[in-house]
Amino acid sequence: MLPFKTHLRSLGAYAHMMVDVVRDILNNGISVRETSRQIVWIGISSVPIVLLTAVFTGMVLAMQTAYGLHRFGAKNYVGNLVGLALARELGPVLTAIMVCGRVGAGIAAEIASMTVTEQVDAIRALGANPIQRLITPRIVAGTLCMPLLTGVAVITGICGGWFVSVFELNIPAFQYYRSYLYAVQIRDVTDGLIKSVFFGLIVVSIACFKGLTVRGGTEGVGITTTAAVVTGSLSVFISNFFITKFLILLTYK
Amino acid sequence: MTIKAAGTQSTVAQTGASTPIIEFRDVRVQFDSHMVHDGLSFALNPGEVTTLLGPSGAGKTLVLKLIIGLIFASKGVVSVTGRDMNTLTEEELREVRVTAGMLFQGAALFDSLSIFENIAYGLRERGETNEQTLREVVASRLEMVGLPGIEKKVPSQLSGGQKKRVGLARALATSPRIMLYDEPTTGLDPTSTRMIDELIVKFKEVHGITSLVVTHDIASARRISDRWMLLNGGKIVADGPVDTVSQENQFVADFIAGRWKEEI
Repeated sequence: MLPFKTHLRSLGAYAHMMVDVVRDILNNGISVRETSRQIVWIGISSVPIVLLTAVFTGMVLAMQTAYGLHRFGAKNYVGNLVGLALARELGPVLTAIMVCGRVGAGIAAEIASMTVTEQVDAIRALGANPIQRLITPRIVAGTLCMPLLTGVAVITGICGGWFVSVFELNIPAFQYYRSYLYAVQIRDVTDGLIKSVFFGLIVVSIACFKGLTVRGGTEGVGITTTAAVVTGSLSVFISNFFITKFLILLTYK
Repeated sequence: MTIKAAGTQSTVAQTGASTPIIEFRDVRVQFDSHMVHDGLSFALNPGEVTTLLGPSGAGKTLVLKLIIGLIFASKGVVSVTGRDMNTLTEEELREVRVTAGMLFQGAALFDSLSIFENIAYGLRERGETNEQTLREVVASRLEMVGLPGIEKKVPSQLSGGQKKRVGLARALATSPRIMLYDEPTTGLDPTSTRMIDELIVKFKEVHGITSLVVTHDIASARRISDRWMLLNGGKIVADGPVDTVSQENQFVADFIAGRWKEEI
């Protein structure tokens, strides 16, 4: 276990990197070319994995809730629960976790490899700024892509729930949709999407930070990649509580 | 010129020839409780090829990184082209960095970019956008290092020696006044080693580039250097012209002969 002082120093260095990113965006804007490249990798390439996760989560959610609701004769309300759970919680969180596993690990490994092979030093030695070249495009792309992926995940999850409801639970399709539309409001969807913006920022920035601060050569790359996924996932769960609390406070103020 | 002992003044005093292009004055570098350099002082004159020798872990690469502003001294002055690296803003640091080129130990080529993009990287960073100019400069630098026509390849298609030479071409693309070499011949076959050595000497003779070379390759160091410095215990313990220092300085003689002891 690392001493508290080391954690504190690491937190300070992370904050410093984020300040540099903000300063870079304000001073130099955003590199459209590199950010687009990252959007393709972080966003578009993540769609299949997010689709699969969401569709099966929606299906399982429908089965589980139907099992519970059946005892109270309320099986027809499956749509309410599936819709609300996906839009407010499972959509954003599961998407963030999947992106953290796929993209966070990839980013951490890529930047860590560049760091240990002195490519990051070479960027600086050539008069360029690694924050501008490597970090900002990834963070911007991650922050933009995560709500889009979350939107895709929510819709797919609801479709998965519909499939199980109609073909396995024998709930009429219109009943599923009616209960879904009745329960889920615009606010629920926007809250989920707002959360996903923060999750995108958290997952990608942690991966970048871990990559830049790698130590110990190639062995360090493996350790850093693991640390990026673990820290990113934990940060998503922890921040989820506080963001949810904040959004609920805003709603019921 | 005389051989210098540990902690003595820079060679500027010795030669009295010109203003040093690089100067270290009483530099200390410390990571947490680990002291790497303490009281490190030396100066490099324009157009000199100096080799920095020393045992592994002595902090030789660190000296190069201090010069190019990748690491900063905890205490003392690192002056490059007359500017104190510790007092510069990030923008000013970039200006100083483009006056120096560095060949990294593993070449540090960008894996995801072609050889053309690798070499053009520094030029683009300096605002050069004319593709024709970029093509010409890249072709001339590749010609210079004996690898013409490989612009479209990627680093993974090159051998270790070729990577080093492309790294050299990339460092030279911005026409630096100073070249820093970190183990330029390590792991290379004798032909590639000789080729790199000849290039270092040529850059001095034709272009007047000041070079600081970190190496363990004594044969190579003899071929290319005007001057040797021996780093140990965070200080320069021997400094002088190659012939003199290699024959008359006991520290260097022991180091070359493999009789080096940490407590020297």
